[in-house]
Amino acid sequence: MISRRALRRGKSRVMVGLMGVAVLVAILPLFLILASLVIEGASSLSISFFVNRPAPVGETGGGVAHAILGTLMIVGVASAVGIPLGVAAGIYCSEYRGTRLAWVTRFVADVLNGTPSIVVGLLAWTWVVATQKHFSALAGSIALAFLMVPMVMRTTEELVRLVPDSLREAALALGYPRWRTTLVVVLRTALPGIVTGSLLAVARVAGETAPLLFTALGSEYFSFDMDRPMAALPLVVYKYATGPYPEWHKLAWTASLVLILVVLVLNVAARLATRQRFDRA
Amino acid sequence: MTERIPGAPQVPAIVARDFSFWYGERKTLHEVSLTFSRRAVTAIIGPSGCGKSTFLRCINRMNDLVPDTRTAGELEVEGRPVYSRTLDLVAHRQRVGMVFQRPNPFPKSIYQNIAYGPALNALALKRDLPEIVERCLRRAALWDEVKDRLHESALGLSGGQQQRLCIARALANEPTVLLMDEPCSALDPIATQRIEELILELKQDYTIVIVTHNMQQAARVADRTGFFDAGRLVEMGETNQIFTAPKHERTEAYITGRFG
Repeated sequence: MISRRALRRGKSRVMVGLMGVAVLVAILPLFLILASLVIEGASSLSISFFVNRPAPVGETGGGVAHAILGTLMIVGVASAVGIPLGVAAGIYCSEYRGTRLAWVTRFVADVLNGTPSIVVGLLAWTWVVATQKHFSALAGSIALAFLMVPMVMRTTEELVRLVPDSLREAALALGYPRWRTTLVVVLRTALPGIVTGSLLAVARVAGETAPLLFTALGSEYFSFDMDRPMAALPLVVYKYATGPYPEWHKLAWTASLVLILVVLVLNVAARLATRQRFDRA
Repeated sequence: MTERIPGAPQVPAIVARDFSFWYGERKTLHEVSLTFSRRAVTAIIGPSGCGKSTFLRCINRMNDLVPDTRTAGELEVEGRPVYSRTLDLVAHRQRVGMVFQRPNPFPKSIYQNIAYGPALNALALKRDLPEIVERCLRRAALWDEVKDRLHESALGLSGGQQQRLCIARALANEPTVLLMDEPCSALDPIATQRIEELILELKQDYTIVIVTHNMQQAARVADRTGFFDAGRLVEMGETNQIFTAPKHERTEAYITGRFG
């Protein structure tokens, strides 16, 4: 009896150990990436990097402030379009999951989710850039929004499905019409998860380069005009990393680090904002 | 508190005549005919799957959520046909409150849980809400326990407190009928006792229908008791009579524990 129990305990320890190893393997790449970014890029980090435009070739200094601004604007507009659409579609597919439209929407979203981002960029190019006959930040936002919708939709759908039916019944039994039950009870309950899912989508598209290459195009200047070409951090990284000068390569590392920092700050800020709202509730 | 129909205490609050219900092809209620008296507690007992919960959920049409169901026969609450196409479902559910098997407070503050219904149904002005919240919590015998933490999450309450909160939430809508679907099955004996005391207290003002698996509970709280078996109402009468002198063999077998 005792030996069998010891055997069991041994097995348990081995399995827990294996799981620990698996976790390490899973997070190792993250740390490797962060470490190399810091090692290669941190040395060039300075205030000037955050507030200045790039210096002309050959001069030192300069920054990527125009690209930080550009990324915030392009991703901001993409989120303003993509997140509400995705959340709405996700709620529909979950609350009315038996309908044929929900099935079709889900299928289309899965296909779109698997579509390479460069193809989505091509679509935005055909629709916006080719018809307007000039590159624009808006075209980039549209491409990114297209990428966000299926991601946000699928997470929303999963999270809304997790809201227990007993809560829906509670609201309906109080005389809530179905649409209000969905908005007030179901959506509110699932909101923290939806926020997290949306942030993941924001983080992912903030790093997208391919769809911006022939839409937002990139620029060396500060710009608030969504109808003109605009800089973005991934484009800066791409340009500097593929350029011929060693200083550029260094700038590419630093710009990558900044990109990750921007995403991180966005994440933390949005999470703090939603947490406070829920404490008050 | 609530609008009453004057001088008509004999008119039953809820009437079913040959009421049947189908989930898809499966007929789960067979020509049920019964009445529930106003301002009294009626218990529905019966083995699992006998259709007692289904029947209860028909009264405020909670089964509408389930696709592919249909009904036949008549079911009326306060003289209004429940399955009529012209029924205002929102107003109907406001008049017919429901308490569920598991406490299901909204993941919000205690205060908001109660204020939700009246605010929605435009029963109250915003400035009256604090008073309504207090009155309903007092009515549900919960006020003293939560008055200092009205704005904390309702999920921090114990199961019994949550269930009383759910009762208070239902009362805030000023219903005339209160449906209770095994309201104590997830609670310990002490919490159960408090809910039972509350039911006895509330029956002065409300028509209460309670589905229960616990026969002692039916005996303790109900004025009348109905016994369901296999989707049929076997018999219904004064609680005393059902438990001491059942007319039907199946009823006797069930209450003496020989089946179900």
